[in-house]
Amino acid sequence: MEDISLVTVVLMLPLVGMLVMLIFARNEQTIRWSALTFSLLTFGASLLMLRNFDTAEAGLQMVHKVDWITGESFVIRYYVGVDGISIWLILLTTFIMPLAILSSFNSIKDRMRLYYAFLLIIEWAMLGVFMAQDLFLFYIFWEVTLVPMYFLIGIWGAENRIYAAVKFFLYTMAGSLLMLLAILWLGNEAGTFSVPDILAQLDQGVLSFSTTTERWLFLAFGIAFAIKVPMWPLHSWLPDAHVQAPTAGSVILAGVLLKLGTYGFVRFNLPLFPEASDYFAPLVAVLAVIGIIYGAWVSYGQTDVKKLVAYSSISHLGFVMLGIFALNSAGVQGGLLQSVNHGISTGGLFLMVGILYERRHTKLMNAFGGIWKAMPLYGGISLIIVLSSMGLPGLNGFVGEFTILLGSVGSDVLSWWFTAAAALGIILAAVYMLYMFNTVFMGPLDKEENKRLPDLNWQELWSLVPILIMVFVIGLQAGFFFDYMDVSVQDLVNHVNNSVMAAAGQ
Amino acid sequence: MENFFDLVPLVVLFPLIGLLINLFAGKQLGERGVSIVAVGASAMALLVSIVLWLAQVDTGFGAVVVDAPLLGTWIDIPSAGVEIGWQFRVDTLSVTMMLVVTGVGTLIHLYAVGYMHGDEGFPRFFVYMNLFLVFMLVLVSGNNFLMMFVGWEGVGLCSYLLIGFWFDKPGDEGWKNSDAARKAFIVNRIGDFGLILGVLLTFWTFGTLDYYVPDEEPIPYHHAEHEAEPLFTPDITGVDGAESHAVSGPMGVFNQAETWLTEGDHRVEFGTVSIKFEHMLTVITLLFLLGATGKSAQIPLFIWLPDAMAGPTPVSALIHAATMVTAGVYMMVRANVFYHASETTSFVVTMIGATTALVAGFIALGQWDIKRVLAYSTVSQLGFMVTAVGVGAYTAAMFHLVTHACFKALLFLGSGSVIHGLEHGHHHVAHGEHDHDDGFDPQDMRFMGGLRHKMPLTYWTYLVGTLALAGIIPFAGFWSKDEILVDSLKLGLDDGRLDGYLGFGMLLAAAAFTAFYMWRQVSMVFYGEPRHAAAEHAGESAPVMVWPLMGLAFLSAVIGLINVPSGFPVLGWLYGEHQFANWLEESVTYAHGGEFNWLLATIAVALALAAIYVARTIYNDRAITDLERDPLERLSPRLAQAFALSNAKLYWDEVYFAFVVHPYRRAAYTLAERVDWYWWHDFVHERVIYGTFNRVTRLLTDVLDLKIIDRAFLRSAEAVRVAASRIRRIQTGYVRTYALSVLFGALLVTIIILYPVLRDLLGI
Repeated sequence: MEDISLVTVVLMLPLVGMLVMLIFARNEQTIRWSALTFSLLTFGASLLMLRNFDTAEAGLQMVHKVDWITGESFVIRYYVGVDGISIWLILLTTFIMPLAILSSFNSIKDRMRLYYAFLLIIEWAMLGVFMAQDLFLFYIFWEVTLVPMYFLIGIWGAENRIYAAVKFFLYTMAGSLLMLLAILWLGNEAGTFSVPDILAQLDQGVLSFSTTTERWLFLAFGIAFAIKVPMWPLHSWLPDAHVQAPTAGSVILAGVLLKLGTYGFVRFNLPLFPEASDYFAPLVAVLAVIGIIYGAWVSYGQTDVKKLVAYSSISHLGFVMLGIFALNSAGVQGGLLQSVNHGISTGGLFLMVGILYERRHTKLMNAFGGIWKAMPLYGGISLIIVLSSMGLPGLNGFVGEFTILLGSVGSDVLSWWFTAAAALGIILAAVYMLYMFNTVFMGPLDKEENKRLPDLNWQELWSLVPILIMVFVIGLQAGFFFDYMDVSVQDLVNHVNNSVMAAAGQ
Repeated sequence: MENFFDLVPLVVLFPLIGLLINLFAGKQLGERGVSIVAVGASAMALLVSIVLWLAQVDTGFGAVVVDAPLLGTWIDIPSAGVEIGWQFRVDTLSVTMMLVVTGVGTLIHLYAVGYMHGDEGFPRFFVYMNLFLVFMLVLVSGNNFLMMFVGWEGVGLCSYLLIGFWFDKPGDEGWKNSDAARKAFIVNRIGDFGLILGVLLTFWTFGTLDYYVPDEEPIPYHHAEHEAEPLFTPDITGVDGAESHAVSGPMGVFNQAETWLTEGDHRVEFGTVSIKFEHMLTVITLLFLLGATGKSAQIPLFIWLPDAMAGPTPVSALIHAATMVTAGVYMMVRANVFYHASETTSFVVTMIGATTALVAGFIALGQWDIKRVLAYSTVSQLGFMVTAVGVGAYTAAMFHLVTHACFKALLFLGSGSVIHGLEHGHHHVAHGEHDHDDGFDPQDMRFMGGLRHKMPLTYWTYLVGTLALAGIIPFAGFWSKDEILVDSLKLGLDDGRLDGYLGFGMLLAAAAFTAFYMWRQVSMVFYGEPRHAAAEHAGESAPVMVWPLMGLAFLSAVIGLINVPSGFPVLGWLYGEHQFANWLEESVTYAHGGEFNWLLATIAVALALAAIYVARTIYNDRAITDLERDPLERLSPRLAQAFALSNAKLYWDEVYFAFVVHPYRRAAYTLAERVDWYWWHDFVHERVIYGTFNRVTRLLTDVLDLKIIDRAFLRSAEAVRVAASRIRRIQTGYVRTYALSVLFGALLVTIIILYPVLRDLLGI
C-alpha cells in the first residue's frame, strides 16, 4: 500500500469539506464558515506541498499512482502529482477560493448550502485538472468543472443567466468533445492514458505519429484549450458568462478556470506534439497578438465595467499564449507566471466590481464618478489592482508581461514583430484601464446616490488584502516564483527543441 | 569613507518610511505632524545624498554597486540566463541626480507645507510627494535598465496622481484635472512602449541589463584614437586607460558595447534576429529616444506637459520642471556609450531636441496662463538638454539639467506664490464687496500687474530666476546654455556635421524667444499697475513659502560656477575649470568639459538682452488695457497672426485629437458594438450557428421523426408515452432539483474516481 501523497490530500480536502458541510452544517453561519474553513485548510495543505517541493527536480513530485480501470489493452489510473508547471497554478486555485467564498458572505442569500457545495466542488475539479497525469482522469476533472460553474451562473447569476450558462456549457463542451476523441485515440495507441508513460514511449520511439496525425491531435487538444483560454476569435462565450455570473463565479472563472486552457497547452500540447507546436506556433502567436490588441480595443468601447474587465482578460491571456508559444524558457515561464498574475489581478478587479454592484446595483460606468472621494480605502485599493493589471513595474503584472516579451523577442520560432505588436497592448491597457478608473473613481462626486456609499466592510477588506499582498510579493520578488518553475520548464523546452531538431534531421 | 556607500538604500528608504507613516497615520498626525514627517523624510534623503557625495569626493569618485537589503534578486530565471537584481549604483552621475532630486525636492516639500495649508487632502498630497521621491530615486540610483524602468513608470504614476490631485473639484474642473492626469499617463506610456522594447533588445544583445557589474570600471573612451574628438583632451583617465580596456570576465552593457565597437564587425544574433551590432545600437537608441520624448516632453509627445499644470504648483515645480521630466535626459546620458556610437540617432536626437526647443519657445510667447508659459518654457529647455545629448555634449546636458532644476523650480514656486497671493486678494475682494467676478482666473496674467510692490520678495527671486533662464551672465543659465551652444556649433565647425549647425541655429533662436517670453511674463505680472482688484489686494506669501524661494534664488545665481568653462578669466582660476565635467567624467564615458568662446557668449547674451529690451518696450510702453488682445497683436497684422498661432499652441492638440484620439475611440465603439456584439456575438453565434442548428433540428423532428419514424413506431410510442407519464413525476421542473441530481451525479463520479484509492487504502 502506497502512502497518500500530499497532492491527494490537497485535492480531496475540498470534497471532504463539502461532505462535512452538507452533513453537519445546520444554519447559515456554519455553512459559510465551514466552507471558508475548508478552503483555508486546503490552502494550508497546498502551502505544505510548496514547502516539500524540491525545486531541483524536473519531473513529477509527490506522485500518487493507483490503477483504476484495467482493460486488456489499456490502463486508466488515478495518477496525480505536481511539478514546476502546475505548482503555482495549484496554489493560485487554493489562494483564490477562500477569497471567492469570503466575497460571497454578503451577496449570496438563497440556497446557500448548494452554493457553497458548488464552490467546493469546483475547487476540487480545478485542482484535479492541474494535478491529473492520466489523460482520462484529466478529462473527467475537465468536464466536472463545467457543471458547478453552469449552476453558479444559471442559479445565482444576473437577469440573462440561463442564456449565459447554456452558452458557456455548450461552447466549452463542444471543444472538449474533440479532445475526448483525441484522448481515446491516444490511449488506444499507447495502451495507457498516463502522460509520463506516453512521453516515455514517444522518446523511445515505441510510439510515433505521422506529421499529419500529430497536427490533427494538436488541433483536437488545442481547440478545446483555446476555447477555454479563450483565444480570439473563440471568446464569444466569455463576456456573457462574466457579465451574468455572480461575483465569486467571475472571480473563479477569470482567476482559475481560464488558466485550465493555458495550462493544457503547456502540459499536453507542447510535450506530446512538439513538432506540431513548433509548426503552429506562428499561427497561435498571430491569434494571441490579435487577441491582445482586439481585447484591449474592445474593452475601451464598453460602458459596463464588468464587461470591460471581461474583455481585458482576452487581452491578458493573449500575452500568456504568446509567451507559451515563444517555445523558450523565458516565454513559457512568463506565460505561466502571467497566468497566476492574471488570476490575482483580474480576480481582484471582479471583486472590486462586485463591491460596487452590491452598493449601487448597476455596473454602468457613467453611473459613478468621484467614488474615490466617497470610498477612499476602496479607491486606493482599486487603484493598486488596476495598476497591477496595467503592468506597472514593481507590481506583479509587469514581471509576467516583461518575461513574456523577453521570451518572444528571443524566440527562435517567432519574429520579433510579434513582440512589437504585443507591446502595443501595454499602451492600450493603460488606455482602457485608466478610462475605467477615471470614469468611476475620479472626477467630481456629483451624483446624489453616490455621496453616501459606505466604504469597505471587514469582509470585503479581507478578501482584497491577500490580493494586495500577492501583487507586491510577486512584483518585487519574482525570482522566488521562477525558481519553482525553472527546472521543469527548462526540461520541457529542451524536450520540445530536441524533438523538433530530431524531426528536422530525419 | 567607502562604507558610507552602503548607505545608498537609505536614500530610497527614508521617503518610503515617510510615505508609509503618512499613509496610515496621516489623519491622526494633523498638518503639522504630516509636514514634519514628509519634509523630514526628504531632508534625510538629502542628507544621505550629501554623505554619498562626500564619500565620493573622499574616495576619488569611485563607483560602487550596492545590493538592496532584503530584496536581492528580482527576476531570476537561470535557464533563460536572466538575472536582474535590485542593485543600487553610486557613481558621480547618480549622485548628481540624487542631490538635485533631494535638494530641490526638500525645498519644494517645505514650500508645499505653506502652499497646501488648509487643503483637505493635505496628508494624501505628501504621501504622493514622498512616493514620487521614492520612485525618482529608484530611477536614478538603479544599476540596471529595468530598475530604471521601475522608477520611470513609477514617477509617471505619481505624476498621474498629483496632476489629478484635485479630481474632486466640482463640475468641469474636476473632470479637466482627471483628464489631464490620464493624458499624461497614456502619452507617457507611448514613450514607455519604446523604452521597454529597447530594454528587451538590450537584454538579448548583451545578455544582461546591468550598466556595470560590481567592481567593473567604465572603459575610458580615448582608447579609440580613430574616433573624432579633436576638441578636447581628457585629463583624468591617464595611462591606465589602455589597461582597463582589456576588461575580462562578465561585463555590463556599456563596457561590452565599448569592447565590441573597438573590435568592430560584431554581429548580434538571437532568436530570428541577425544584425550588425552598430545597427542594433541605432535601433535601441531610437527606441530609448521614444521613451525620452514621452518622459521629457519632446516632439511628438510633449502635449501632456502643459496640461499637467492642472496639478498643485509645487508638483509642477518638482515633477514637471525640476526632476521627473529630466529623466529622459538622464537616461540618455546614462546610455551615452550607445548614443555616442550611433550617428544616425544622434542626428535624430539633435533635430528633435532643437525643434522642440524652438516650437515650445514659440508657443510660450502667446500664452496668458502664468504656469502655461513656464510649462512651455520647460519643454523648450528640455529641448536644449536633448539637443546637448544629440551633439554629444553630455556634460552640458547634465549641467543644464542641474541649473534648470534650480531656476525653473524657483520660477514655478514663484508663480505659485503669485497665484496664492492673487487668490487671497480675490478672496479679500469677494468678501468685502460681494461682487462676484466670474471671469477671474488667478493664473491668468491679464488679471495681474504691479505685483512687485505687493510681493517684493517673490518679485526679486522671480527676477533672479528669469535672468538665469534668459541666460544673462553671471546667472546659472548663462553657463549651461552657453556650453550647449558652444558644443553644438563646434560639432558643426569641427566635424562638419549638419546637425551641429542646425541645432545651434535653432537653439540660438529659441534662446531669444526665452528671454522675450520671460520678460513679457515679468512685465505682465510684476510691472505696471494692477489690472484687477485681486492683484490690488494681493499680499506676500508666508515665510515657509518665501524661504525656499530665496534658497533657490541663491542657487540659481551661483550654481553655474560649478562648471566654469576653460578659458574664462578669473573665475576659472577662482573656482577651478569645469569641475562638474571632471566629476561627471568618472561615470559618463563621453563627458567632456566646455571651452569658453568670447564671441559666442557675447552674441548670446546680447541677443537675450535685446529680446528683453524689445519685450520691455512692447509690454511696458503699451499698457495692457484691452484684456482680449495682447500688445503684440496691436503692432502689426503679421505679428497678430503669429500670436494667434502661438496662442492656439500651433493646433497640436487638435491635430492629435482629430487624427489619433477620435479615430481610436470611434473604432473602439464600432469594434465593441458592431463587430464584436452585433455581428460576432449576435449574428454569427445566434443566427448562424444556433439558428442553423435549430433549423436542422426542426427538419429532423418534422420530416424525419414525425413523418417516417413516428409512423413506423406508432405503437411503441404509445408505450413510451405511458412510461413517460410516470417518469414525469420525477421531473419537478425546479432548477434546484436538477442541480441536486447533478450534484449527486458528481458525487457518484467522485466515488468512482476514489474507488481505487479507497481500495488501495483499505488493502482490498
